[in-house]
Amino acid sequence: MNHTQQGVDRENWFLACQAEDVPHNGGVCVKRGDEQIALFYFARTNQWYASQNLCPHRHQMALSRGMTGSVGPDQQPKVACPFHKKTFSLNSGKCLSGEDYQIKVYPVKVEDGNVYIGYQPLSNTEPVETQQFAAIS
Amino acid sequence: MKRIIVVGNGMVGYKFCEKMIAKAPAGSYHITVLGEEPRPAYDRVHLTSYINGTTAEALTMASLSWYKEAGIDLHLGDPVLKIDRAAKTVVTQSGLQIPYDILIMATGSAAMVPPIHGVEKKGVFVYRTIDDLDKIMAYAKGVKKAAVLGGGLLGLEAAKAMVDIGIDRTYVIEFAPKLMPRQLDDAGGAVLRSKLSALGLKVHTRKHTYQVLGKEQITGIQFVDESELSVDMLVISTGINARDELAKDAGLPTGPRGGIVVDDYMRTEDPAIYAIGECAAHNGMIYGLVAPGYDMAEVACTHIIADPLQGAKNERTFTGFDMSTKLKLIGVDVASFGDPFLTADKAQHVIYEDKVNGVYKRLNVSLDGKYLLGGVMVGEASQYNNLLQYYKNSMPLPGALDSLVFAATEGDKPQGAGISALPDGALICSCEGVTKAAICQAVKDGNESIDDIKACTKAGTGCGGCVPMLKDLAAMTLKTMGKEVRKDICEHFTYSRQQLYDLIKLEGLSSFEEVLEKHGTGDGCEVCKPVISSILASTFNEMILRKNNDTAQDSNDRFLANIQKGGSYSVVPRIAGGEITPDKLLVIATVAKKYNLYTKITGGQRIDMFGAHLSDLPLIWKELIDAGFESGHAYGKSLRTVKSCVGSTWCRFGLHDSVSFAIQIENRYKGLRTPHKIKSAVSGCIRECAEAQSKDFGIIATEKGWNLYVCGNGGSKPQHALLLAQDLDSETCIRYIDRFLMYYIKTADPLTRTATWLNKLEGGIDYLKKVVIEDCLGKCHEWETEMQQVLSHYECEWKAAIEDPSIRKRFAHFVNAPDQKDPTMEFVEMRTQKRVAEWQ
Ligand SMILES: Cc1cc2nc3c(=O)[nH]c(=O)nc-3n(C[C@H](O)[C@H](O)[C@H](O)COP(=O)(O)OP(=O)(O)OC[C@H]3O[C@@H](n4cnc5c(N)ncnc54)[C@H](O)[C@@H]3O)c2cc1C
Ligand code: FES
Repeated sequence: MNHTQQGVDRENWFLACQAEDVPHNGGVCVKRGDEQIALFYFARTNQWYASQNLCPHRHQMALSRGMTGSVGPDQQPKVACPFHKKTFSLNSGKCLSGEDYQIKVYPVKVEDGNVYIGYQPLSNTEPVETQQFAAIS
Repeated sequence: MKRIIVVGNGMVGYKFCEKMIAKAPAGSYHITVLGEEPRPAYDRVHLTSYINGTTAEALTMASLSWYKEAGIDLHLGDPVLKIDRAAKTVVTQSGLQIPYDILIMATGSAAMVPPIHGVEKKGVFVYRTIDDLDKIMAYAKGVKKAAVLGGGLLGLEAAKAMVDIGIDRTYVIEFAPKLMPRQLDDAGGAVLRSKLSALGLKVHTRKHTYQVLGKEQITGIQFVDESELSVDMLVISTGINARDELAKDAGLPTGPRGGIVVDDYMRTEDPAIYAIGECAAHNGMIYGLVAPGYDMAEVACTHIIADPLQGAKNERTFTGFDMSTKLKLIGVDVASFGDPFLTADKAQHVIYEDKVNGVYKRLNVSLDGKYLLGGVMVGEASQYNNLLQYYKNSMPLPGALDSLVFAATEGDKPQGAGISALPDGALICSCEGVTKAAICQAVKDGNESIDDIKACTKAGTGCGGCVPMLKDLAAMTLKTMGKEVRKDICEHFTYSRQQLYDLIKLEGLSSFEEVLEKHGTGDGCEVCKPVISSILASTFNEMILRKNNDTAQDSNDRFLANIQKGGSYSVVPRIAGGEITPDKLLVIATVAKKYNLYTKITGGQRIDMFGAHLSDLPLIWKELIDAGFESGHAYGKSLRTVKSCVGSTWCRFGLHDSVSFAIQIENRYKGLRTPHKIKSAVSGCIRECAEAQSKDFGIIATEKGWNLYVCGNGGSKPQHALLLAQDLDSETCIRYIDRFLMYYIKTADPLTRTATWLNKLEGGIDYLKKVVIEDCLGKCHEWETEMQQVLSHYECEWKAAIEDPSIRKRFAHFVNAPDQKDPTMEFVEMRTQKRVAEWQ
């Protein structure tokens, strides 16, 4: 079936691969032009995540080869870079290993066994702290 | 309902709120907090970590929602300008006028700026708030040279921060003749000075600063002796001034050195007004540390709640505080406690000085030799906690003092042996005022992990210095309760590695997902996945990439190769015993040339080929396997190599054929997965050319047979292997190795080498001998059978991988362009071979 009929608009979504190409509870690397994107499938929760493949720590193209997992009471999904095991939230892109790194994360959707990755990174800019406080005082 | 206003939302002001909420009956008080800074109270003690990337959020004591839930009105960025004691109101900058029944002054202190000309110039800063640090960091961008005024505790911390920011040259300017004049004696100051020079700090003592040079912007500083120092930035850290200006304006008495005068209940002259923290002066003393501030918060809080009008009597008073300090973050251990300066007529001295390594210690012992009165430590202060306890609890000193002066070395009795001798009332966490008894009680009540203890008692949440003692106390208490210390592998499994091993074996679980489903929570993580995968492999020895177990493997195991800088992989075929034919050498040479790999002889007597693209791995291995090679498991926590010397076949000293025995042993245990990697060696005589005594198990030929050594280690913490059994025939030697390895596999913690495992094994090598040789556990037969079983399942992982298309397809860099290699990988030439481009 042609996915454009399914409503996937080619402008905003990139066809990455077939769902079956991605291992359960692990990642693969997707080439999108010159960009490398890490795509992960969490089988237990049947959730898909995508992030930049570049680990900001030592600039290694490696996140797709990292171990996935979850952290905290709300089981936030994460990936650990194979190089020095820095971990990153796949929801927010924040580094969870106590450093200020931030990676880009992208929306993913699956239709008809096709996996699509959004072109537009998920926005993770939160209101700046001081603005919050100013509103209160 | 009584109305409380807290002026100042710093560490102590916050602590007061926290204690009030915890102690006061619900609905009895309404608290309003007025803070000058734009953000809620944060951990000022760890302010410097902000420079190293800790976020403001992470330093925050409690989130805004905490105040909300507690029903506290929090106004930030709105300082109080005036107190009207008659009307019992305060007025804030924004014009709020708020009435109070009780007023708490928790205004802390401000950095003291000495009267120097030109401090208003651009590039001159103080070091007290997050805002200060933001300004410093923004300004420091183009700065090459900076100076810190003040060589005390805070000044040195600030100076180290300047180095961390990346300023090329940082000077410390101190007025006194030595650094940390209030804590260190002359010799200690001198050692500290040489240590700091090694960190790249330039220290100038006896320097009286006269003025800041430069037009609008600082270009240097000039001293009273007219000498000058050119710098682009100045951070002033010469001390603190209590913020007592509001109280003074309201007519409250202040101390001779500043600070709002308070009584033992933290009350000012006005019974409706209390002062706590750094703004308070108790008996003329201002306390510039957080622990006494917290104690003051506690005293004020209990006094308010136990209002005498309500009939309750309150015994809690503030009685002064020990000012012992340990400098953090500076990269040099410095500590002082008690009275560090006592002279020979008042104390005997124990002095240790090592100029080579820059260590200086001085203990002041009472004239009768019984008690510790104070001391100084520079360069090495691991005994600080211990000594502080002797001093604070007036505990009689042990006869020999060397154990107090020197850090326990590894292999000695475990640290904390003295902890059981502490009285129950001993203060373990001085920041939060938590005693030994309280911590032990918390453990007995079921708070067995450090996190639980912290949450329950708050101990360890301040400066964190007591955390090692908390661990020891928890371990000790659990032991007296007949309980094991919890060794959960991670948040997803409430089991130790040993418990999981038993469960997996008993229930025959064969994949990570099964184990997670039955015994874990969440999705697992990078800690539990490899641990469980390793147990599965040790137990069943099934090809690790089958059954969807591939993504549960450590990253190197998942691709059966070691990932290297830049993202390429290395290829290491097994060369058992280091023996290889010329034909096989040719194969390696051919393959390495074809795929453009860098080759290197390894320490384990084999050949490592570096720089392989992920997608080339199956092709490379296909060629190697066709030529008779097997995987070398260099990527796994498993048997690496069995090194050998050439032995009796060629060597004129050799007693037995060490090469043949090494090959036999390597082939026997190849592919066996263990809690950590294991290495072995066989030497043909006592000259020990194979270095068997540095291996996890090593064998040395004797006149009568083989000596078997175990639990040695090279690496970062070298440790000699210990003799397990002597003069064994080959068969018995192998049987003992089987037993030894099985016992290790079953009982070791994750990622624990045999050396560390033995160090922790109660009874040590003597007990191990009983287990392995005398079979005191009665398990040896079972273990030998199990070992036989596991070994019989061996298959070359790489052979299995290239023969299985579903596994083979994973060896592609791009899922949607399997033929393309990672274009970002960069190699450069070095000594005619290739190497990866450097880390960026
Ligand atoms: C870099 C650094 C390192 C330190 N290291 C250590 C250490 O290792 N160990 C240790 O014990 N201590 C250390 N300290 C000291 C410790 O931080 C203080 O003892 C502690 O913060 C005191 O708490 P406080 O609440 O009394 O004062 P503060 O934390 O200073 O809080 C006072 C607050 O009141 C506000 N305020 C003042 N006037 C008004 C007003 N009129 N209206 C409203 N708000 C007002 C201030 O803006 C401030 O936010 C360190 C301090 C610094 C700066
Ligand atoms: S490169 Fe990713 S953690 Fe270091």
